[in-house]
Amino acid sequence: MEEELSPSIPPPRQSLMRRISAWFYRHPNLSLGALLGVPMLWMVVVYLGSLSSLLIQSFFRLDEFSGRVIREFGLRTYEQLFTAAHTDIMIRTTLMALAVTFACAVIAFPLAYYMARYASFRMKTILYLAVLLPLWSSYLVRVYTWKIILSQEGIISWFFDTLGIRFILDGILSIPGIGGTSLSFSFIGMFLVFVYIWLPYMVIPINAALERVPKSLIEASSDLGGRPGYTFRRVILPLAFPGVVAGSIFTFSLTLGDYIIPQVIGNSSPFIGITVFTYQGTAGNIPLAAAFTVVPVVIMLVYLLIARRLGAFDAL
Amino acid sequence: MISQTSDRPIAVSLQGVSKLFGAVKALDNINLDIYDGEFFSMLGPSGSGKTTSLRLVAGFEQPSSGRVLLYGQDVTGVPPFDRDVNTVFQDYALFPHMTIEQNVGYGLMIRKLPKPEITRRVGAMLEMVRLPGYEKRKPSQLSGGQRQRIALARALINHPRVLLLDEPLGALDLKLRQQMQIELKAIQREVGITFIFVTHDQEEALTMSDRMAVFSQGKIEQIGTPTEIYERPRTAFVAGFVGTTNILSGHVAQRITESQAAFSIRPEKIRLMPPDTPPQANSIRVGGTIRDVVYLGMTTRYLIEIDGGGDLQVIAQNTDTDSSAAQATRGQRVMAVWPSSAMRLLDEGA
Repeated sequence: MEEELSPSIPPPRQSLMRRISAWFYRHPNLSLGALLGVPMLWMVVVYLGSLSSLLIQSFFRLDEFSGRVIREFGLRTYEQLFTAAHTDIMIRTTLMALAVTFACAVIAFPLAYYMARYASFRMKTILYLAVLLPLWSSYLVRVYTWKIILSQEGIISWFFDTLGIRFILDGILSIPGIGGTSLSFSFIGMFLVFVYIWLPYMVIPINAALERVPKSLIEASSDLGGRPGYTFRRVILPLAFPGVVAGSIFTFSLTLGDYIIPQVIGNSSPFIGITVFTYQGTAGNIPLAAAFTVVPVVIMLVYLLIARRLGAFDAL
Repeated sequence: MISQTSDRPIAVSLQGVSKLFGAVKALDNINLDIYDGEFFSMLGPSGSGKTTSLRLVAGFEQPSSGRVLLYGQDVTGVPPFDRDVNTVFQDYALFPHMTIEQNVGYGLMIRKLPKPEITRRVGAMLEMVRLPGYEKRKPSQLSGGQRQRIALARALINHPRVLLLDEPLGALDLKLRQQMQIELKAIQREVGITFIFVTHDQEEALTMSDRMAVFSQGKIEQIGTPTEIYERPRTAFVAGFVGTTNILSGHVAQRITESQAAFSIRPEKIRLMPPDTPPQANSIRVGGTIRDVVYLGMTTRYLIEIDGGGDLQVIAQNTDTDSSAAQATRGQRVMAVWPSSAMRLLDEGA
């Protein structure tokens, strides 16, 4: 063995790749450029480009007689945007997004907490799979499956019938405003489907945030006299809050923009997504559709400002 | 020393405590009394059970069997937030989203002290750990040594009956660690609280403790004052773990003591004499050859090969030797001599 090791190791051969690497090593700014070139191109051209084109479009307007877009800057389209029928849509969508986000957070947090704090490695893997598995199948298929589940003849109705507690379901469905003839034709049903569809996007960031809270901090709080509730409010929640906010950005913005679920489930009340879809398609009113798309962007900005004011990013 | 401590009430008592993690026995029937006002160290290698013992006292773990008593009260099953003990964590565990003031005042906030009172006490406490005026900073803005002091302040401000320290100096560099050792000891004398100090650093345990327990493989090998532990180690493990030592057994021991029983002799107790040194009363003589010399600045370490087999480590003060003179002794024949009173017979099977 020793004899094989003893001959001195020759220096690495000079090759072209080696010289290129050395050249990049001496020019760090250029290697940074090489790293960021493609993503920058994509961000600037595709992201910012389409976003600014959207913003510009929203200041154009549609000529009502000819049905053609007049390419002049003005606020006429925004005047149309803030009519009563339209603000109803915005409020309805925002309330739904808020409710979905809140429910997702309430369901996701304990699960993410269990995964981060108690689950064995094996259990954690199983739970990750369980959370992410639905994302592997088609979104449309899942939404239509839920329509069947929630329908008058669906399993939920059957369940309530079989147990002889149909009156509970009927009671829930008779709540004015959010009820309906069946779950699949009510806001409650839509809410359930939204929560189901977006839950993974809440679990993963909260779990990531909780994984980063050292166990010793929780022990320290307990050691200093903090009962579990106090520790949760003062230590765990503040440190996991950026994760909750990250998750809520997903669930909130995805709900704001979604146009499939409100079409398939519910009583056909318009939501922002559906309205955008209709205006840019059948109505051919691209400026108004663009203006409507600006609404969720603005709502998200306001949402983030509030989150920052609440100290959501202090612990980052 | 012992009579002095045993007059005091017992602060912490572990009675027949065992702790299993799955199939692994982290603690095996531990019995331990720690007296009020003591600076007590738990010393041992990692995995020896010292930290588990501390966590049982804090309440982070529950014993699989046995009882934990705090000032005579059985606290087995009592959660950490209802125990009158506080902990200084190995990683300090300062709350990163809070200021130093909020960190140190955390326990007082929970006890619902009025705001101005908290501010006053936090100020006084920061004074004591020599970080006055640091109230508004965040933990991330402090150095390791400063965080360590804040962790200490956060625990001490609650006036716990017992303070638990889990290798608190482990992450500090040598100079800072030595400085903190002195400060910790001074603070302990000042506040008079029982300190239980977990460490794997035998020197730290020796310099700081009133008494100490040496842990190995979930058991306590020996409990005693630093002098007792160092001068009269009962087992080969204690002799080897606390300080360096020569452990001689079997045939080598027989040639020296005419008995095969294992004994320990500290390298600094051995003197190297000329090979023709005559026998003296109450002392042991062993002839050998200097095989290796390591110059350590303050001392020199010699490795002696005993005639007929076996090694001896000898440490000598460099009072009138310099490096080259020490190196030159390599290969010389010597007589290693030590007083028979410096030898310790060790328990079998340890």
